[in-house]
Amino acid sequence: MAHGPAKGIGRWLFTTNHKDIGTMYLWFSFAMFLLGGFFAMVIRAELFQPGMQIIRPEFFNQMTTMHGLVMVFGAIMPAFVGLANWLIPMMIGAPDMALPRMNNLSFWILPFAFALLASTLFMEGGAPNFGWTFYAPLSTTYAPSTVNYFIFGVHIMGASSIMGSINIIATVLNMRAPGMTLMKMPMFVWTWLITAFLLIAVMPVLAGAVTMMLMDINFGTSFFDAAGGGDPVLFQHVFWFFGHPEVYIIILPAFGVISHIIPTFSRKPLFGYSSMVYATASIAFLSFIVWAHHMFMVGMPIGGELYFMYATMLIAVPTAAKVFNWVSTMFRGSLTYETPMLFAIAFVILFTIGGFTGLMLAIAPSDVQYHDSYFVVAHFHYVMVAGAVFSGTAAVYYWLPKWCGRMYNETMGKVQFWISFIGFNITFFPQHFLGLAGMPRRYADYALQFSDWNMISSIGAFIYGASQLLFMFNVIRTIKAGTPVSEPKTWEGAEGLEWTVATPAPYHTFSTPPEVK
Amino acid sequence: MDNKPNRSLLVKLLGGAVCMFLFAMFVMPPLYDMFCEVTGIGGKTGGPYEVTEAGVDVSRTVKVQFVATNNAAMPWQFSPKVYEVEVHPGEPTEVAFYAKNRTHRDMVAQAIPNVTPFNAAEYFHKTECFCFNQQPLKAGEEADLPLVFIVDRDLPKAVTTITLSYTLFDITSRAGDSLAQAN
Repeated sequence: MAHGPAKGIGRWLFTTNHKDIGTMYLWFSFAMFLLGGFFAMVIRAELFQPGMQIIRPEFFNQMTTMHGLVMVFGAIMPAFVGLANWLIPMMIGAPDMALPRMNNLSFWILPFAFALLASTLFMEGGAPNFGWTFYAPLSTTYAPSTVNYFIFGVHIMGASSIMGSINIIATVLNMRAPGMTLMKMPMFVWTWLITAFLLIAVMPVLAGAVTMMLMDINFGTSFFDAAGGGDPVLFQHVFWFFGHPEVYIIILPAFGVISHIIPTFSRKPLFGYSSMVYATASIAFLSFIVWAHHMFMVGMPIGGELYFMYATMLIAVPTAAKVFNWVSTMFRGSLTYETPMLFAIAFVILFTIGGFTGLMLAIAPSDVQYHDSYFVVAHFHYVMVAGAVFSGTAAVYYWLPKWCGRMYNETMGKVQFWISFIGFNITFFPQHFLGLAGMPRRYADYALQFSDWNMISSIGAFIYGASQLLFMFNVIRTIKAGTPVSEPKTWEGAEGLEWTVATPAPYHTFSTPPEVK
Repeated sequence: MDNKPNRSLLVKLLGGAVCMFLFAMFVMPPLYDMFCEVTGIGGKTGGPYEVTEAGVDVSRTVKVQFVATNNAAMPWQFSPKVYEVEVHPGEPTEVAFYAKNRTHRDMVAQAIPNVTPFNAAEYFHKTECFCFNQQPLKAGEEADLPLVFIVDRDLPKAVTTITLSYTLFDITSRAGDSLAQAN
C-alpha cells in the first residue's frame, strides 16, 4: 500500500490501476448505453403509429444502424471489459492486470472511436445508414460519404478489444495466485478467458472486412464488387465469420456473471462446475463453424443449408447444459430474492426464450418465413438485452457494495427490476407476433395491420428506457449517499477471493498473493 | 516484478491477431473464389474454353435461355438478339447480344455472367465471349457482342434448361486507360 490514487484528472488519464480503468470502462459503457437507448427511443417513437411522424426515413435508417453499433460495440462489450478489469485480478488473487499501461491505452482509444462514429450524425450525408451488419454493396457503392469515419471507428474499437483481450489472457494465465489451478478458477474468469481468445480470433477478421470495404470505396479494388470480379456474398461470409463468434463474445461473460450470482443467493455451490467450463469451451468452438445460418437466403445449395442448420442446432446442447446447471443450483437451495438474484433468474428465463426462438430461426426451411422479420429482432433482443444487459445490471448490483463500500437501496433496486422486466417483455414479446405476421425489420413505416402491437411495443420501450434512468439514479445515490457497509462479505452466500478483501476494496489488493487451497 | 512471461505472451497473441487479419484479407477471398469455382456455387462460369474433339451428342437437346440486365443506373440498351436456343451437347453455338450506348459520353462496360442452375455452371463452356473483355462504346455507338458456347456432354441428365444471365456494369470511372486507347 505505497500510495493511493493520484489527485485530479491525472488520476484518470494516466492511471494503470485495474480498478480505475474498470470504473472508466463501466461509466463509458453506461454513457454509450444511454446514447444507444436514446436512438432506440427515437426508433420506437417513430414506429408508435404507422406513417411518418417525427423523422425522415433516411434518418430512421441512421438510427437503426447507430443503435446497433453503439449498443454492441459501445455499451455491451466495454461493460464486460470493465467488469473483467475490476473483478479478474481480485478473483484470481493478482495485484493488477498483467499489462497495465496497455490497459490504459485500450480504454482511452475507445472514446475517440465513438466520437468519430457519433460525429457523422452532424456531417453532410449523415451517419452510416446501412444497418449494423453493413452488407456490401449497400455499405460500399451506395454508402454515404461518412462511411470512412465509420471504418476508422471500427478499426480503433477493434484494436481496443484486441489489446483488452491480450491483457486478460496474460493476466489469467500468468498471474493466478499460487494454488489456483485452471479448474479452480471462478466461472467469470473462465468465461472471460475463452471470450478473450474468441476476440483475438475474430476482431481482426472484422478489421479485415472493413479494410476491404475501405479499399473498394477508395482504392478501386473489387473485393465485393461484381463488376470487377468480386462478390457481395463474400462480404456476408467474412462478416458473419466475425459476427457469429461476436454474439458469444457478448453472452459468455454474462454466463459467467450469472454463474456467480445464482450460487450466492441459493447458498449452494454452482452445480456442475466442470461441465460449465466444457460447455463454454464447446460453445466457443461451435461458434466458428455455424456462421452461414445468418445467410440462408443468399442461395446456398441444399447441402450447405442442411450442414449449417444441424451445426447450429448442436449449440443448443452445451447451452442447455448451462441452463440445467443453473436450475439445478437453485433446486432445493435456500433462495432469497435480492435484486441481483431477481435479474439473474429473469436472465435464465428470458435467455432461454431467446434460445428457443434462435432454434426456430436455425431451421432453414422455416427461416424463409422468419428471415429479416421482426421475429429476428425479438429473438436477438431476448438474448442481447435480457441476456447481456440484465446480467450486466445484476453484476453492478451484486458487486457495487464491494466496489464502493456502500449498499444500494434494495427497494429501489427491486422496483427497477420489475419495471425493467415488465417493460422489456411488453417491448419485445409482441415483436414475435409482428415478425410472424410478416413485418420486415429496418423499415421506417409499416402496414396498418401491424399498428396495435407496434404501439404496445413502443409503450413498453418507453417504460424500459425509464427504468434505466432509475438504475442510474440508484447507482449514483449509492456512491454518494448509500448506507456504508464494511464487512468483507456483502452477501452471506458469496464465495471467492474478491469477498476476502476489505470493503470497500482498497486501491491496491493482493500485493502479496493469497494462498488458495 | 518479472515481466518476461507477460511480454512473450503479448507478442504471441498479437502475432495471432495479425495472422487472423491477414487471413481475412488475403486468404478468405481467394478461398471463397476457389470454393465457388470447384462447386459451381454462385453460377460463375470459367474463362475461355479450349475446344476438344468430343463430338456432338445429338440424342439430347438442351434449352439455353439468355437474360440481359443492367446494373443499377447503367444507361445502355442491352439485350440478347435471340432469347432462347435449343442445342445439342458438344455443339459450338454462336449467338450475339445487342448493346447501345444511349448517352452523350464515351463509356466502358463490363458484363458479368451467371449460370442457373448452379450445377450446370461447370458444364457451360464459352470459347468466345464479350464478357472476357471490357466493352468500350463511344457516345451513341451500338454493337453486336458475340458469344460462342458449348454445353458439355457430361451435363447432368436432370438439367434440361440452362439460363445464362449477363449483368452489365458501368466501369467507366475505373477503366480510364482502356477508354483512352479506344479513342
